[in-house]
Order: sequence, then C-alpha cells, then structure tokens
Amino acid sequence: MQVQLTINGEKHEADVEPRLLLVHLIRDVLRLTGTHIGCDTTHCGACTVLLEGRAVKSCTLFAVQASGKQLMTVEGLEQDGKLHPLQEGFMAEHGLQCGYCTPGMLMTSVAFLEKHPKPSEDDIRRAISGNLCRCTGYVNIVKAVQHAAAALQGGA
Amino acid sequence: MIPAAFAYHAPKSLTEATALLAKLGDGAKVLSGGQSLIPLMKLRLTSPPHVVDINGIQGLAYLKEADGFLRIGALTRESDLDESELIRTRYPLLHDTCKVIADPLVRNMATVGGNLAHGDPANDHPAAMLALGAQVVAVGGKGERRIPIASFFTGPFETALEPDEILTEIRVPVPPAGSGGAYVKMERKVGDFATAAVAAQVTLAASGVCESAGIGLTNVGLTPIQASRAEAALKGKRPDEAAIAEAARLAAEAAQPTDDLRGPAEYKKDLVRVLTTRALRRALERATARR
Repeated sequence: MQVQLTINGEKHEADVEPRLLLVHLIRDVLRLTGTHIGCDTTHCGACTVLLEGRAVKSCTLFAVQASGKQLMTVEGLEQDGKLHPLQEGFMAEHGLQCGYCTPGMLMTSVAFLEKHPKPSEDDIRRAISGNLCRCTGYVNIVKAVQHAAAALQGGA
Repeated sequence: MIPAAFAYHAPKSLTEATALLAKLGDGAKVLSGGQSLIPLMKLRLTSPPHVVDINGIQGLAYLKEADGFLRIGALTRESDLDESELIRTRYPLLHDTCKVIADPLVRNMATVGGNLAHGDPANDHPAAMLALGAQVVAVGGKGERRIPIASFFTGPFETALEPDEILTEIRVPVPPAGSGGAYVKMERKVGDFATAAVAAQVTLAASGVCESAGIGLTNVGLTPIQASRAEAALKGKRPDEAAIAEAARLAAEAAQPTDDLRGPAEYKKDLVRVLTTRALRRALERATARR
C-alpha cells in the first residue's frame, strides 16, 4: 500500500505492506535511525515519536495508520544547527548514560512540556512513566526536563 | 516481532465499516487504538486476515453530557478523558481509571471503546462501567441497539457484539447529587495489568443513607465481575465502617481469581476485600463532598 506522510516537515512516500510497523518504516525504509526499538512489546518507549503532536509508541502502530499524518522524530528537534532546550538539558544534567532510551525520553518530554510548561517533579515522573531507562535511575532525566522547562519559560 | 500478513481496510463511514464487517465475518478485526490488538498480532496470538481500521470515521471521538447521559464516543482516547474538565470534576471514578490504564504513551492511542470491546477481564474500564451502570451503543447491519453493560461481557475476550457490529458510544447515566466514585488498582508497575482492581460508585440520600451502590472487579475472573451482593448489602444502609467491611467481604466472595505470576488466588481474594474497602471509603468521601 502507498503511504504518504510528513516527518519533521519533510514529505515522504513509500510502498509498504499493511503489517509494516511504523517504527520499521521510520528506521528501515526512511533510514531515520534516531528512533530506537527497545523492547518491541509496547513497554519501553524507546520508539516514541509524535503523531499529530501526541507522543505514541511507534512499535504499536502500523505504518499505514500514519498515512496523511504529521510526525516528528528525534531528528526534528534540532533546528538550524541549534539543539532543542531538552537536548541541552539532557547534556547539562547528564540525563543519559547509554543513551538508548534518550530519543523516546526526549519525544515524550517535548509533547509533555507543550501542554505542561510548568510541571512539578511528580508531573514529570508520571509523564515519563511509559519510558524505561535502565541506567540513570531517572533522577537526572527529571532534572534535564526541569532544565528544559526553565529554559523554555525563559524564552530560550 | 512481525505480525502475519493481513488486508487493511480503512472505511470512511460507519455504514461502510459495518458492511465490510458483514462481508468479512469472523476473519476481520476492528482496529481502534490498537494498543491491545497490535501487541497480540505481533505475538501472533491472533492473526486476522482482515483489519478494519475505524480511525478514519469522523464523529466518533467526543465527550459530552446529553439526555441524562455522559456520552463517550468510541474513539475517545484515554488521554482525552484524563484532560477533560467534565470528567475530572463530575466523574471521579472514570478520572481515576484513565490515569492507571497502561502508561501515558499507550493512553494517547488507546480508546475507551476498545478497552470495552476487547472483552479482556484485565482491562480497567469494564469494572468502572459496571459500577456506573453504563450502556454500550452498537451499530450493525440491522441498525443501532443499546446493550446494558451487565450483559455485555459474555466470556473471556468475548462480548455481546455481533460480528458486523461496531461499538460506537458508551452511555453513563449522569450521577445525581450526592454521588461519588473511585477506582483503586494494585499493579506491580506502571503499564502492568492489575493484580486486582475495584471500581466503586455510590449515591447518598440527604439522610446519609446509601441510595445506590455499584461495585466492579478487574482481573479476578474470566470476565469483569459485578459484585451484586456487595452492592445490595450497602443499599438502604448508612455506609459506616461495619457496612463497608461487610460489602468488602461480599466483594471478595464474588471474586474468582486464579493463581498466576501476580500472586496466588487466596491473596488476590483478600486484595479485593482491601481494595473494595479503600474504593468505597474514597467514593463515600467524594459523594459526601457533593451532597
């Protein structure tokens, strides 16, 4: 089946089998490998992308379902060579060790901060509860999101 | 994990969708949020030759009060419930429930209709809707019908829906003044199914007597369970600690759990007693605040 979708502002077209998962379209067909596959069982959130602005697990969606839709992947965060405040936050606060969960953490946090610009620590912990990290113990990830929230509030 | 091959259909209207289902029969599965169906297909626990995606049908995502009911369109996402002021302020039982289903990312896709139509006794909305005395609206080739939630769950992963029917709306009677509800779930971690969970909805009369009570149990039987004897024990009584304890005992009796990796049956039965106590206390607190 023919699918047409916009990822990070760029139009893409592909001929896919209906059973192709969105994450495989993104990674294997379109070669946007920033989006990761962690568990492949809807648990870990490493494959999180934004579908029409909502953070979803791209391993639990068929590519055909995204036809005609706007998507954003981790590659879309950087603008004109400038990192997104969340990416800056993860660097400044050491919000990653192995980095495997990071693309998912970033995408979940982008959508979350859009809706909740002044979150409490508890809000952040709930928001990322569908994203698993096995390295950090989450403390620095929470700090990274707080860092970005403050930067975004400051008009950065 | 790659699902088996299937033919994908994306009807644009209910009529088109039900006609497709009538034609395809048992070979078709309806794709709503897909957060249960797609994992099952990836594990090849189910391999439907046809998938009918209803997400392209307009007008099935809404939340509104009309004609004495809260009307929830089948494609309303769990996160829409969470963000709804109407749900937060007037339907605390549903607000509790939508916060503990799976995880926030799954809730961005998962639908209320799908949570019911999947017929999984481990899902959370079935118990909530049993406690609220909801109705399900189904549309099929023969037209529209309303199914009381109490007769909707016919077996494990089985519902009263005919093969050509689509669940289009859930109707929850608008609770009268003096009503309150709560959903209390024990889960090992975020995203897991409940070890057990209890939904409770109560209405208090001006005198403080319990006018009506609804109690639903999650994941302690082959279907979602309505704890009818526990409900009856509260009706017409002042809901003091003794009455709550008796209702909780009867709710535990209604549970039919089995041993599994989440715990032995005996533990789960006692868990239902404890969770019923907590759900009723919270529901009563909220009902009292709304009198």
